[in-house]
Amino acid sequence: MTSAVSFKKVSRHFGSVRAVDAVDLEIAAGEFFAMLGPSGSGKTTCLRLIAGFEQPTAGSISIFGERAEGVPPYRRNVNTVFQDYALFPHLNVLDNVAYGLMVKGVGKAERLKAAEEALSLVRLPGYGTRRPGQLSGGQRQRVALARALVNQPKVLLLDEPLGALDLKLRENMQEELKSLQKVLGITFVFVTHDQGEALSMADRVAVFNDGRIMQVGTPEDIYQRPNTRFVADFVGSSNVLPPDFVQRYSGQHRWGSLRPESIRVSNATSGDGVAARLVGTNYLGATTRLALDADGLRLHAVVPAGTSLPAEGEAVMLTFNRDSLHLMDEPA
Amino acid sequence: MRSDRGQRAPLGLKVAAACGLLFLHLPILLIFVYAFTTEEKSFVWPPPGLTTQWFAVTWNRPDVWEALSLSVRVAAISTAIALVLGTLCAAAVSQTRFFGREAISLLVILPIALPGIITGIALRSAFALADIPFSFWTIVLGHATFCVVVVYNNAVARFRRTSGSMIEASMDLGADGFQTFRHVVLPNIATALLAGGMLAFALSFDEVIVTTFTAGQQQTVPIWMLEELIRPRQRPVTNVVAMVVVLVTLLPILFAYYLTRDGDQIAGSGK
Repeated sequence: MTSAVSFKKVSRHFGSVRAVDAVDLEIAAGEFFAMLGPSGSGKTTCLRLIAGFEQPTAGSISIFGERAEGVPPYRRNVNTVFQDYALFPHLNVLDNVAYGLMVKGVGKAERLKAAEEALSLVRLPGYGTRRPGQLSGGQRQRVALARALVNQPKVLLLDEPLGALDLKLRENMQEELKSLQKVLGITFVFVTHDQGEALSMADRVAVFNDGRIMQVGTPEDIYQRPNTRFVADFVGSSNVLPPDFVQRYSGQHRWGSLRPESIRVSNATSGDGVAARLVGTNYLGATTRLALDADGLRLHAVVPAGTSLPAEGEAVMLTFNRDSLHLMDEPA
Repeated sequence: MRSDRGQRAPLGLKVAAACGLLFLHLPILLIFVYAFTTEEKSFVWPPPGLTTQWFAVTWNRPDVWEALSLSVRVAAISTAIALVLGTLCAAAVSQTRFFGREAISLLVILPIALPGIITGIALRSAFALADIPFSFWTIVLGHATFCVVVVYNNAVARFRRTSGSMIEASMDLGADGFQTFRHVVLPNIATALLAGGMLAFALSFDEVIVTTFTAGQQQTVPIWMLEELIRPRQRPVTNVVAMVVVLVTLLPILFAYYLTRDGDQIAGSGK
């Protein structure tokens, strides 16, 4: 089966800056794919390479088997939902949505009908006569989505589309985007710096750092089995354990990671476990996050709310299941 | 009493404002009055009598028509040139980064910062060096130098406010460069161009200094007026022409004002 998007040793350099550096990537058709990384990690440049706003310095890109280098954005069957939505302020909502069909020469009645359908799809029926300036942020986002979907793209690119929305709206849109993607079966490629968003929405996640992909996998893979210290730290702030520490528990001299929720904290002062001192507590509602100091090694543990906690500064004993200690590929 | 302060200006301020407006506009009204005077050799106040004969006299003076037609043609062509060059230059400077961008933006604005007499002398010596005889086109060239600036400034300000991703969005949705310009760029900068064009037209229409250096024997309306004031013959004709010029230029400027006002509301509410 042909990949929806395929990168072969793709690089994009701006002068001496390697925004994207020899990236290999296969995105399957119909997949909800997230590109996750801190700002400046190359994820947005990758998206712009797929859209055609950037051309690779080296390597080859194909979209559904067709070579994409040198093909301008307007000849690619790919549409983008921009971070700032980029709605046209001089057109009303319906004409905004119908724009793609208008420039392709679709007749007026037909394109307005299709635009109205696209607006219903994003649950904004009857908003066609309004101006973009009269809409709320969440509504503009839906219009931008409808404007892209009306062209029936093979790949839909979303550039941090939820970044400007407040928390409640963002959670609603996450669910809606996911169900929309299931219904339409279009390949979604989604750029975000929010690991929670990437993990909850995507079928697979690529973690970017410094223009390279550190790891590609299902959200579970990325979360449970990070392959490098960067991924462990960036995705859900895992405890990164140095090789000497790991050797004591697994016998192998390698970097390891341990999820904060895998650590149990007890008041015992002797017995099996890692002796540590509680240096801070952070109440998060359903859970409490503890900052611990184990002989100079900073660790975090997350315990359910209601657990009786030792006072700050007290000595505690940490225990964890050996299975939950994950050994990383990164060389020690 | 105190609560009124926010809503009503004190009497003194009102009087001062009225005096200021009168000071600005009374001389213009005087010019209108002198267009009806019966005294043709000098302007005496009060006018000894009122007549409308000067309108007929003006109508029948071929030199008035020639000057008016030259001015309108020069202003129209200069504005057209400025609209094309100014828009292209503004697009390049605001949408892309290239070596020498700041220098170009400074060089474009320079003609309006330089005294007109410098521009005039420079153009005149350049024409003389290149052995170009004075013609309609030498005036147009001289006027275009400062008309471009006006259009450029208006367009650049609008381009800066226009989100760059809008152009990318248009391309992304399948529009090529020309379609993007036609359907997205032009509607967003149209009112800025109209305002810039109107201002450029008005500047060209009343330009004196650069024109004296590039016109040779040709007379535009302002040059014709200056010449007329020196000769004590049918003086009120000048006033009639002045009146017509004021009325004819006022209407398009009012029109442009209303257009850009609406346009600002639309552009401001976007994004």
